[in-house]
Amino acid sequence: MKAHLMYLDRDFNLQRVLPSNEQALMQDLELDILFNSMACGDEFLYRVAKHAVLSGLQDDLETILYRQDVLKDCLMNHAVAKSIYDIAVESIESKKGSWFGIFSHCPTSILYDAINLLQMLIGMLKKLKLIADEHSDGFESKGFSTFFMMLKTELTDEYFASIEHHLTELKFEEGVLVSAELGIGNEGANYVLRKSLTKKPGWIQRMFEQGPPAYTFHIHERDEAGAQALSELRDRGINQVANRLAQSTDHIMSFFVMLRTELAFHIGCVNLHDRLFQKGERASFPVPAPPGAHYHSCLGLYDVCLALSIEQPVVVNSLAADGKNLVIITGANQGGKSSFLRSIGLAQLMMQCGMFVAAESFSANICQGIFTHYKREEDTAMQSGKLDEELCRMNDIIDTLIPNSMLLFNESFAATNEREGSEIARQIVRFLLETPVKVFFVTHLYEFAHGLFEQKIENALFLRAERQADGRRTFKLLEGEPLQTSYGLDLYQEIFGK
Amino acid sequence: MNFHSILFEQPSDMKRGAATEAPPFFHDLNLDQIVDAITADRQEYDLKPFFHTPLTDLAAITYRYQIMRDLENTLLFKNIKAFSQQMLTMRQHLIVAEKLSYKYQKEREFLYAVEIYGDAVKNLLQDMYREEPNSRGLLAFRAYLAEYVESSQFKTLLNEAEKLKSELSSIRYCLLIRDNSITVRNYDSEIDYSAVIEETFAKFKQGAVKYYSVQFPDFGMNQVEAQVLERVALLNSDVFNALDHYCTNYGSCIEKTITDFDREIQFYIAYLEYIETFKMAGLKFCYPRVSDTCKHVSNREGFDPALAHKLIDEKSAVVCNDFFLQGDERILVITGPNQGGKTTFARTFGQMHYLASLGCPVPGSEAQLFLFDHLFTHFEKEEDIKTLRGKLQDDLVRIHCILDQATPNSVIIINEIFSSTTLKDAAYLSRKVVGSISQLDSLCVCVTFLDELASLNEKTVSVVATIMPNNPTMRTYRIERRSADGLSYALAIAEKYRLTYERLKERIKL
Repeated sequence: MKAHLMYLDRDFNLQRVLPSNEQALMQDLELDILFNSMACGDEFLYRVAKHAVLSGLQDDLETILYRQDVLKDCLMNHAVAKSIYDIAVESIESKKGSWFGIFSHCPTSILYDAINLLQMLIGMLKKLKLIADEHSDGFESKGFSTFFMMLKTELTDEYFASIEHHLTELKFEEGVLVSAELGIGNEGANYVLRKSLTKKPGWIQRMFEQGPPAYTFHIHERDEAGAQALSELRDRGINQVANRLAQSTDHIMSFFVMLRTELAFHIGCVNLHDRLFQKGERASFPVPAPPGAHYHSCLGLYDVCLALSIEQPVVVNSLAADGKNLVIITGANQGGKSSFLRSIGLAQLMMQCGMFVAAESFSANICQGIFTHYKREEDTAMQSGKLDEELCRMNDIIDTLIPNSMLLFNESFAATNEREGSEIARQIVRFLLETPVKVFFVTHLYEFAHGLFEQKIENALFLRAERQADGRRTFKLLEGEPLQTSYGLDLYQEIFGK
Repeated sequence: MNFHSILFEQPSDMKRGAATEAPPFFHDLNLDQIVDAITADRQEYDLKPFFHTPLTDLAAITYRYQIMRDLENTLLFKNIKAFSQQMLTMRQHLIVAEKLSYKYQKEREFLYAVEIYGDAVKNLLQDMYREEPNSRGLLAFRAYLAEYVESSQFKTLLNEAEKLKSELSSIRYCLLIRDNSITVRNYDSEIDYSAVIEETFAKFKQGAVKYYSVQFPDFGMNQVEAQVLERVALLNSDVFNALDHYCTNYGSCIEKTITDFDREIQFYIAYLEYIETFKMAGLKFCYPRVSDTCKHVSNREGFDPALAHKLIDEKSAVVCNDFFLQGDERILVITGPNQGGKTTFARTFGQMHYLASLGCPVPGSEAQLFLFDHLFTHFEKEEDIKTLRGKLQDDLVRIHCILDQATPNSVIIINEIFSSTTLKDAAYLSRKVVGSISQLDSLCVCVTFLDELASLNEKTVSVVATIMPNNPTMRTYRIERRSADGLSYALAIAEKYRLTYERLKERIKL
């Protein structure tokens, strides 16, 4: 039995390796804010959210669509999804109190614990089955339909009855019947628990009385060593079945763990959706395109992390960059460039893990990697100088760069004079243009930006942070030629007064 | 062809018996280290006595060389090692059988040991047919083995064991454990209940989970298990009676000739494994021509295995040296700087002759060696308080003792004799000693600081430990055949430290 609420045909693996630039992505795209909003204070939800979002880059188009559908169902049936999640959580929590399997080295007690735990888990499975019977009609996605269908076919009343029958049998009221062979040194070996096909009460005893020759001996009450040896022999007999039963509880437990993990992602998304809805921000399901082709267009795109951190409404932007693989963003300081760049990265990550995005509409091709190269304020590596540090990070990116990636540069290579910085940027971007990657570059390096503009490259797009005639900023980005100044004076004047 | 022993072709070759004590020169020649290393992993075979006993007959040496060459066939070598491993396992089972407390346990272990023994013997014979050894020793042993394997005694031994084994392993019984009673009866195709349980829960299977089966500590059979076994024996009395009978009849079925072979063949295996490490490091071993008449001994690319062993461990280079004696030459006189490889060279000469007398390959790419009757060494000793003699006196007592016993067929190694007396005394005494050895016509190596010994008479040959010409403190560890020139060496060292007359005058203006 599988939950399969993340992938059509496999489990969601929390152990999967995250991109090597996980740290940089977290920092540059402010992902912490996003994950916290999804988690609502729940550590587990945070962990799953982080993992799902960052590992989404490795998934394909079909998976994105599959997950979108499951998520849509969850948004439609919020309460039911939550109650399934709660059952999974309760099942897992209930094991934590028992000592089961951790300290026990005795098959008898392993078996005893396993039977008790199973009885509890069976109760949980029955609850799950009930939900399936009552609510499955309200769900449309392939993921949930399959899930409910599975519960209905696998967990029949007959099945529950047969489990309960076995759990009674395993109390061995008639004694333990074991077969054995002669192993090394004629010692008993290959102990296997047996059950006769006859089922009437007292069958074993009768069979021994009427059947072929049998020899019975008794251990004297006061023979402690004998009693010890006898119970060890009994333990050898039930060792295997205790193992099997304990493993079965683990398997059922793993089912609940997987169910909880996979639903946790969707619950996190629902949480985020609620937050945005409360704030009056829009969210929509994006249209992913296969990797390779350059698609990137959107309406009403905003920086979800900014929206989650401030009270007032945030600025939205549109982009029509289909067929482009280089977007150069220039313009005024504090003009919304960084926020725009982050919204591009966030939307890409959210789309690829199957989430909705913070936009009115959004469509883009899948990227197999997202890399950020941001100017770092703090200089952690004092000995190496700023430009050196920047180039070192650039070197790391180039080391791990894969085709169909997206690179987000924010004020890169500004740690030296403009000419040198421009030349470095120019050479790097020139190289990147010849590879199958998509580049968004926020820059003040006029020589660099203008030089590219002059080249009239067909698949390059130039955006500029808008400034109105009176010097006020709208935080909107419009298509436009890079300009020489970046309105730092404006800002100075605004802050210090005219 | 009668097989006697894989180490000694004739009973007479063993006439001296195997010596448990190491010969007196073992320590001086580092042979103790060498033999320790060879036998280290094979303590249980007690091989040292064989390495302590040189052969005195050329044919006996050839007998071993042939076998050694056969075993350089790596397949045969592996086969024989596998045989030894099986014999070892068999012995372990016999030991276990001794220690067990219940009869049917002991008997089953014994049966197992016999089975392993039978396999070991049969496999070995097959291997020896396939690998076709050429040596007299292995051919004779193979003939013996073939006869033994065909014997009805051996065949019955194994057939009956096989039959018993299969009957025992087909026994299956059931236990019904209820409260404090156990009922034993034969198995009657009841179903496996664990499998039923697994099947019931199969639909939840999610991948690897923890293994909850308990490992029961093996304290051997307890009294309840023994009681169960007794009932199983009652249920299957035919099989268990036959088992009793078998063990009574074949209690001592392991052939001594085969156990002796198993022990003695280790001599070869141990030695070949020992020299393999040197071969891997690019050093050579060869089968020397050994003579008991011709004293024109020679060797190319020889080395001291004890020293080489350390150097290889440290990944340092091993320097090899050559020597030869021709015409009337009998005595190699070695001079040169300290730490220049003189003692090592002298040891190498002694080791080589000793190893050849054991019938073992010797270090070097080729060698012509002499089969000695006695080997004597005279190395400097720590002053021994117990003897209450002065060092010079001690030296003289020891050398006298050697000269007393030495014959023209002896090999004598002398290292730094008379270093505790005046130069004049030392020169005089040394001339006397070396003179006596010359007269005796024994083979001798003499390490000395006395240059004049090197040109004492027509029997002495001068060899010198060399240095790097441009850096006198650097040793080459090469020993070359040329006239002794200790003085120029001393001057070179003095020059280096600016202690020559000229240099001292330049350095200090007083």
